[in-house]
Amino acid sequence: MIKAAKVGKRFGERIVLQVIDLQVKRGELVALLGPNGAGKSTLLRVLASLARPSAGEIQVAGYNLLGQVAAARAAIGYLGHQPILYGDLSAEQNLWFYARIYRIPRPGARIRELLSTFDLELRRREPVRTFSRGMQQRLSLARALLHRPKALLLDEPHSGLDREAVAVLDDLLKKQTRKGTAILLATHDLARAQRLAHRVEVLADGRLVASFNRRQLASRQFAATYDRALRAAQRGGSVG
Amino acid sequence: MPDQVVQKKPRLLGALDFASLVLMLAATLMVFFYAPREREMGEVQRIFYFHVATGWVGMAAFIGAAVAGIIYLVRPHKKWDVFSVAAVEIGLVYSFVNIVTGSIWAYPTWNTWWTWDPRLVTATVMVLTFLAYLLLRQSIEDPERRARFGAIYAILGSLTVPLTYMSIRIWRTIHPVVIGSGDPGAQGTFAFTQPMVYTLLVSLLAFTVLGITLLWHRVRLGWLADRVEQLRLKAMGL
Amino acid sequence: MTAPCAPRSGEGQLAEFGAYLSAIASLVRKDLAVEWRSRQLLASMLVFALLMILIFNFALELDARARAEVSSGVLWATFAFAGTLGLNRSMSIEKDGGALDGLLLAPFDRSAIYFGKTLANMLFVLVVALATLPVYGVLYNIDLWHGGLLLVIVLGAWGYSAVGTLLAAMAMQARSRDLLLPVLLFPLLLPVLVAAVRASSFFLQGLEMEYIWPSLNLLIAYAVIMPALGFMFFDFIVED
Repeated sequence: MIKAAKVGKRFGERIVLQVIDLQVKRGELVALLGPNGAGKSTLLRVLASLARPSAGEIQVAGYNLLGQVAAARAAIGYLGHQPILYGDLSAEQNLWFYARIYRIPRPGARIRELLSTFDLELRRREPVRTFSRGMQQRLSLARALLHRPKALLLDEPHSGLDREAVAVLDDLLKKQTRKGTAILLATHDLARAQRLAHRVEVLADGRLVASFNRRQLASRQFAATYDRALRAAQRGGSVG
Repeated sequence: MPDQVVQKKPRLLGALDFASLVLMLAATLMVFFYAPREREMGEVQRIFYFHVATGWVGMAAFIGAAVAGIIYLVRPHKKWDVFSVAAVEIGLVYSFVNIVTGSIWAYPTWNTWWTWDPRLVTATVMVLTFLAYLLLRQSIEDPERRARFGAIYAILGSLTVPLTYMSIRIWRTIHPVVIGSGDPGAQGTFAFTQPMVYTLLVSLLAFTVLGITLLWHRVRLGWLADRVEQLRLKAMGL
Repeated sequence: MTAPCAPRSGEGQLAEFGAYLSAIASLVRKDLAVEWRSRQLLASMLVFALLMILIFNFALELDARARAEVSSGVLWATFAFAGTLGLNRSMSIEKDGGALDGLLLAPFDRSAIYFGKTLANMLFVLVVALATLPVYGVLYNIDLWHGGLLLVIVLGAWGYSAVGTLLAAMAMQARSRDLLLPVLLFPLLLPVLVAAVRASSFFLQGLEMEYIWPSLNLLIAYAVIMPALGFMFFDFIVED
């Protein structure tokens, strides 16, 4: 569903991503782990078509980002660090706007459903700038899911959420994978990755340096394994 | 290529330096000693040769910058951006000289330093536009974005300047009452004799060669500046 | 959900174009909704415009006859400056909360964003113009309601917004963006301003159309060329 082949990204002379080969299949949840500054956010933006790759090819839902980008975008749901909402508009108005530009069928019902899932019904008519960080995050998630995307690119989606909301989100992510959505989730929280992901890819200094499958994730030694992989990468190697 | 530019000055450039000097000297001599004294305007008319030459070369420089901008957008290579900004700077200097020499000519001829003549106003607008271009570049830190935006603004600027000229022409031709002293359209023309033609051509050649030389030097400087910026970014740990 | 990649048949292309127009409509609607909810912009633009008229009155110390001649100039200078408030605000609502990403992620051609914003900005300028005209007319006892004048205002507002939106998108990404926009904008606006003032003035003086056509033609040319350039360049400005 998400295929990145030899993707690179540079800003001027600064190289942020190199030789990224990454695949997320239908129904898979892949966690993207890595230290701060590794390039996780940039990679997600590039895959979401918000930033143009300097090298390589990207396909989402079978559509190439170079040439069929509009079709690809219809299948992509993205959550970044910023909420991507209009502070002066209400929660409902925000969702209605995105519903219109994604041309989703029966928007009213879909919006009600999402407002309910994310427990935003009570304040749906209030301007988003009065929302707490957690509420904005929930609304932003609703926005990302509004058009039933086949691929979800989420950058630290749990940040700002309280325990209940985290439970709701985790449950929702599981449901999505069962429906066949491909999910790439960036996080620095190891425990969360272990709990949620089918697979973990580790990004350090713009390169994918390690990959861990379900079995390795289930192990209690995972944290130690992960640290070792990072240190090895810093010394200039790759551990599979 | 950048490394080559940073190193020793190429032989051709050295030759151009010399040629510029010689041609400018020749032009100046011709302007003051060979060209005839104009009957009506007197000595001040000699400034015409500098005025016209700097005007055309200045405009050519801006057009060059815009063309380089178009090329950059199609095929983004830093060299087009370095060329663009150099061309704009040369164009600004030449245009400024053009306006000032025009003003110097205007005073004894029309008794005023400035008129709202279409060409004069347009020349000023052109200078303002490309000054804005430089300000735009200065406000953007990312080199690639700076080049892209610069290219777009240079193209926009080059297209609006002729439109500005047309709009002011309309302003002038329809409204016969001139606010100011004297109608510049009426005065200012003179008989164009053969020696004048030669002088003008030599002047044009001299300023063009000088312009190319200065442009080349400025491009080399641009590559140096680019090198410095790269090192600075690297040092900042980016 | 229908795939946005329509077949290259005539019907398909028509549908695609319809979707494009509908996207522009949603964008304009969104900008209007934001302004309706926050009511920041129009109020400040109006107050600014009225203040400018007052200032011009004292700065120019005109008698009744002179005033009739310069009304067009004063009006257009006012619109030009008040308009920059709109342009700045229009772009800053996209910057807050990262909303621009939401637009860039949408499955339509990015030029729709440009036309949507240009239309919305034009509407704001028109509202200010239509509110300013009667006030000016009353203060200076000049009859300003003239069909030709309104035509010039519409054309001028469109040309203004076409360039202004493009430059505002640039300025938004630069340092000191509020200061930069007028500096970038006004040199490029001169053709519109000069032609608009000329045409307005002639309409108000009741001159024959043969005098007005040259200015009107220039306004029309500008109103066609600038949006075309904006259409070409907008993607270069917003891409990462």
